[in-house]
Amino acid sequence: MAQANEHQHHKKFEPSEPTHHEEHIVSPTVYLLIGTALLVLTATTTAVSYLDLGNFNAVVALAIACTKMTLVVLFFMHVKYSSKLTKLTVAAGFFTFIVLIMMTMTDYISRAWGRW
Amino acid sequence: MDSHTVAAQTAETGHIEHTHDHPPFLRHHFESVAQQRESATFGMWLFLLTEIMFFGGLFCAYLIYRNWYYPAFVAGSHSLHIWAGTTNTTVLIISSFTMAMGVHAAETRMRKSLVTWCILTIVLGCAFLGIKAYEWHDEWVEHHVPGLNFSPATFMHGTESYPDDKLPLDMAEKTQVYFSLYFAMTGMHALHMIIGVSLLTLLTIRASKGKYTEGHVAPVENFGLYWHFVDIVWIFLFPLLYLISRHQ
Repeated sequence: MAQANEHQHHKKFEPSEPTHHEEHIVSPTVYLLIGTALLVLTATTTAVSYLDLGNFNAVVALAIACTKMTLVVLFFMHVKYSSKLTKLTVAAGFFTFIVLIMMTMTDYISRAWGRW
Repeated sequence: MDSHTVAAQTAETGHIEHTHDHPPFLRHHFESVAQQRESATFGMWLFLLTEIMFFGGLFCAYLIYRNWYYPAFVAGSHSLHIWAGTTNTTVLIISSFTMAMGVHAAETRMRKSLVTWCILTIVLGCAFLGIKAYEWHDEWVEHHVPGLNFSPATFMHGTESYPDDKLPLDMAEKTQVYFSLYFAMTGMHALHMIIGVSLLTLLTIRASKGKYTEGHVAPVENFGLYWHFVDIVWIFLFPLLYLISRHQ
């Protein structure tokens, strides 16, 4: 009975229309690879902070942080495997965020030019 | 649901196909579990975007004030323990991995491993909070807490590791701006961790009773999104607070 029910669910509740997004189960191997990459990047950013690179210390640290964020968003948060709706939502959110930061910073550096 | 209710609903919505059996967690305004799950993920991302804007404002303030009171921010950053920050980043990344594995366990309907991965995530989350509490205690002992017990003394005479950190009194006072933002940002982050650990404890109790491994993955998956978001905030806090000023 339970099995028959299971079968019925399977038939009736699986997305049948192409408009529905097919869920993708990310494999543990991918999670393990991404987790390792994140740990390696953490070790790298800490190691690099011991070198004196002048202004590039901040550039390198933020570049590594952005790389780590991208890995987390795409794989741990499944955006790479998500529907177009989710992808568009995330992209639009980040875009809006960057616009807000850029406008604030543009205003800030242009008010007292050269006295930042 | 009795046949009467179903009949009434069918008459109301005209959805004949809703009269058949369905999983108890499938709400009637959704066509399928997949559609319900996608809607929940969409809503979760909208919430996370508001969170990005919230933390983004704090990051923006940090960026501008660091520019403004640069020597104070550099000296303030020198007083943090780089080992504590690195350990906490590692702990949080591993906890994100264990949470991702928890979502995988829910998707593949493995109750025991879901509970195990969730408990590991809770333990790592608590470890993070423990190390953070140790750091905060250290800052209290050093008189680095603005408004409570702040003293600019340590920033005027140099420290063991940074003997050149001898700021004039007015700039040494401005390290309070650094520490205000430091406590605001790490404090808000820790609050998110506390909320996360509490929610995950609830989810784990329910998961141990068989929930979320019967096809209703959305709560675990969306909690995972929240947990990874909190991880991302820390991924940016770590270099900005601890790393980028080491050599300035």
